[in-house]
Amino acid sequence: MADTDAAFVDFKNVWLAYNAALEAQNHFAVEAIDLQVRRGEFIAIVGPSGCGKSTFMKLATGLKMPSRGSIHIDGQPVTGPLKISGMAFQAPSLLPWRTTVDNVLLPLEIVEPYRSQFKAKRPEFEARARKLLQKVGLAGYEDKFPWQLSGGMQQRASICRALIHEPKMLLLDEPFGALDAFTREDLWCILRDLWTEQQFNVILVTHDLRESVFLADTVYVMSKSPGRFVVKKSIDLPRPRDLELTYTPAFTDIVHELRSHIGAHRNTEAAQSAAT
Amino acid sequence: MNSKQLQTWSPWILLVVLVLLWQGACSAFEVSEFIFPSPTRIASQMWEYKGLIAGHAWRTFWVTMTGFGIAIVVGVLLGFVIGSSRLAYAAVYPLMTGFNALPKAAFVPILVVWFGIGVGPAILTAFLISFFPIMVNIATGLATLEPELEDVLRVLGAKRWDVLIKVGLPRSMPYFYASLKVAITLAFVGTTVSEMTAANEGIGYLLISAGSAMQMGLAFAGLLVVGAMAMVMYEIFSVLERHTTAWAHRGSQGH
Repeated sequence: MADTDAAFVDFKNVWLAYNAALEAQNHFAVEAIDLQVRRGEFIAIVGPSGCGKSTFMKLATGLKMPSRGSIHIDGQPVTGPLKISGMAFQAPSLLPWRTTVDNVLLPLEIVEPYRSQFKAKRPEFEARARKLLQKVGLAGYEDKFPWQLSGGMQQRASICRALIHEPKMLLLDEPFGALDAFTREDLWCILRDLWTEQQFNVILVTHDLRESVFLADTVYVMSKSPGRFVVKKSIDLPRPRDLELTYTPAFTDIVHELRSHIGAHRNTEAAQSAAT
Repeated sequence: MNSKQLQTWSPWILLVVLVLLWQGACSAFEVSEFIFPSPTRIASQMWEYKGLIAGHAWRTFWVTMTGFGIAIVVGVLLGFVIGSSRLAYAAVYPLMTGFNALPKAAFVPILVVWFGIGVGPAILTAFLISFFPIMVNIATGLATLEPELEDVLRVLGAKRWDVLIKVGLPRSMPYFYASLKVAITLAFVGTTVSEMTAANEGIGYLLISAGSAMQMGLAFAGLLVVGAMAMVMYEIFSVLERHTTAWAHRGSQGH
């Protein structure tokens, strides 16, 4: 905590091939990733589908080890699954035989130090889960089963599950991709409020440029095969940000700029493949 | 009577209609009782030999339940092993499929050599025929895990065992109960087939001895009893299934 200058997430020239054969052919899922993220920073990664965004997530959580380069998180080299992180995906993947509150409690049954205290402190943990659920607007639905909730509600519960063990880093892989536009904007605000209050790091993978600009401090644009970061854009819009902001010219200018980077890259790609 | 009630009663209505047709046909064409007995003949034979039938039925019942009990234990254990390890799945599954294709009646003479005439071959035949669906269903339930959920748990430091116990096993429960319904009916088939050649008691034995004495009414009564026992057990397991894994049947609740 003392050393605020050092990056919280620090990728140094990271390459990943999924296996040795692919590495031998110089076929990498992500290439030459250099990334430094401050403590508490909200970053978003945008790019076309299949560009290695999910691979990046696996690297940042220690589920995959890089083929080359090094990753440090919170000052420590990453050597295995990183318990200080919580994950949520496009599919809420809640367990249908558990109530919403029991689903949120699941990580505490697994991760230490909560695991060994779980039986003794269950009422305390449950109160915490209920409080978190109420914070995201699920008051009254805590004891319902996931299949009795709408898609947006399930996704909120899934985010609660990712946050229940108070991770230092939240990784979201297109978490709002399957929701309708209104629900999505609701959830943007919920995520914004949770982040403002708890100041964890967020890595949001998305293909929605408006979402990335609205929420993030820094947006990285990733290119497709090879998966590289091609643009880093700091979003200097003042906080707290309100949904109204998304209709201002300053906001749309940034979105357009990012869009042009993706478009430009695609054009050069097309030109290259046409030339060969 | 609305359509919902009609649906509930439809199997009984169909049964009554079939029995009436059967009786009608037997009376109209004066079919000999030694060829194809009428329902009234079967009923009267059943009443006449009720003590005898009940004795054989009890024997078939407990033999089947013993074989079925062993099948549950072995099926769950094997299913757990091959569902939790990709290597075990790859190694065991093809052999098991081959084994399952063998007609279990063919094992009866071998079992007689090993265990003699009596309960041994019958229990084992019931077991051999009914453990396969249980094993396959447990294995399938365990093996179908969303990769995202696995990531969510693995990043928290979950061991393979945690994932199996917290997610895999509860997920496989609906498959398990569904397999019990299939397996119990198969177990009755196994017992009856085995008793036909390798026992001096049980419904299978009764069928053979009644057949050779041309007591067709009694033979049909025996068949009826096996069918009824299998149906009752099937219903019991399906009630159990609905009560324990309601979350898996949510789609049908409103109808």
